[in-house]
Amino acid sequence: MIRIKTPLDSETIDRLQAKDQVSLSGVIFTARDAAHKRMVDSYLAGEALPVDLKGQVIYYVGPCPAKPGKVIGSAGPTTSTRMDPYTPLLLRELGLKGMIGKGNRSKEVVDAIKEQGAVYFLTIGGAGAYLAQRIKKAEVVAYPEFGPEAIYRLEVEDFPLIVGIDRYGRNAYEEGRALYRQIS
Amino acid sequence: MKEIQAKEITDVVEKLCVDACTRLGEDWWQAIDNAISQEESPLGKDMLRIVKENARLAADTGEAICQDTGLAVVFLEIGQDVHVVGGDLYEAVNEGVRRGYVNGYLRKSVVKDPLIRENTGDNTPAIIHVQIVPGSDLKIVVAPKGAGSENSSGLKMLKPADGKDGVVNFVLETVEAAGPNACPPIVLGVGIGGNLETSALLAKKALLRPLGRRHPEPHIAGLEEELLELVNKTGIGPQGLGGRITALDVHVEVYPTHIASLPVAVNIQCHASRHAEAVL
Repeated sequence: MIRIKTPLDSETIDRLQAKDQVSLSGVIFTARDAAHKRMVDSYLAGEALPVDLKGQVIYYVGPCPAKPGKVIGSAGPTTSTRMDPYTPLLLRELGLKGMIGKGNRSKEVVDAIKEQGAVYFLTIGGAGAYLAQRIKKAEVVAYPEFGPEAIYRLEVEDFPLIVGIDRYGRNAYEEGRALYRQIS
Repeated sequence: MKEIQAKEITDVVEKLCVDACTRLGEDWWQAIDNAISQEESPLGKDMLRIVKENARLAADTGEAICQDTGLAVVFLEIGQDVHVVGGDLYEAVNEGVRRGYVNGYLRKSVVKDPLIRENTGDNTPAIIHVQIVPGSDLKIVVAPKGAGSENSSGLKMLKPADGKDGVVNFVLETVEAAGPNACPPIVLGVGIGGNLETSALLAKKALLRPLGRRHPEPHIAGLEEELLELVNKTGIGPQGLGGRITALDVHVEVYPTHIASLPVAVNIQCHASRHAEAVL
């Protein structure tokens, strides 16, 4: 298990390899479809963004509402590929260094990850109750009108991740599947 | 004629929404234990253990198993000797969904217009399927369905000449394309026959059958076994990270079809095989 903290520096990212199990602590930001679209539209219109993404990690999640006395509701990853049309711009222009989600990414995203020295992490799909326990603080910092799709600032402790696509372009899914595939 | 109050339906739907999103059935616990013992990939085994721990935690704390508490898919089997009184049936169901999702702190994931995309704020409207059956019972099944697995589903109008091989190939293609996105280990609902919309509904209903139970027709039961074995040879594995257990089960439902048609629908269910039911 490799322990890392946010924001991510290039030294940390460079030593992460596809399939590594990682434990992350620090601040991360949530964003999914609606927030990605708004951020990219704002950037292209020359407007200031509500969050500085330099060196930061975005978690693709739309959590359940917090019950009274709880930090957050169930909070597992959503399917990352829906963010693919927006991600290369976030990596190239806004300095984003890491993403947390589940599932495959487009070739354009993989190219931008390699070019920018970023990393794509996976976490466990459908384990929202388990993952919510590792979130110690949550506050909405932008786009509250999007409800579950607002941008939250999360403080996480020992958040469990797997390196999905490392900065060299190696892919945990492809490598894992090849090991166990029994049909052509 | 038995009378059932609309208010009763609302109360039951509210409870079923919360139950379905926080508790999995006995069949699921058996299936996940089998999967953990059969999985060969160490990382895959870890993933399955976390999935099981998550389900245990959700049941104990009342947190949702998954944050995608889905569209509320509601099946109503209404006995023909039942008379619903005191309100509109569909509104009674929607009010139950509204209360379940708001009072149960479940995520509201419905947008009003598919292109304008403004959240309705209370997870309504539900997707409601009504079937009239003999008798005087009203059976309600609530099956919340998340988008990760639903978006990976597919339907194809095959030619009769494609036959069983065509069906098998389409199921495998759909599973391969879904890969990690559908949160494996998945459950597959396959609907064969009928027409376009019937095959899709059959596939959805196939997901409600308890895990581990085979179709009563021997040749369909055989097809289920064959598909399960093939799907588990794709190597996709738990969470798509490689392994033997890509699917917990495959359920096939069939219906008579046109002499020129062979529709096949594949509805993928993520590992959180959520559904809860009650009979009034």
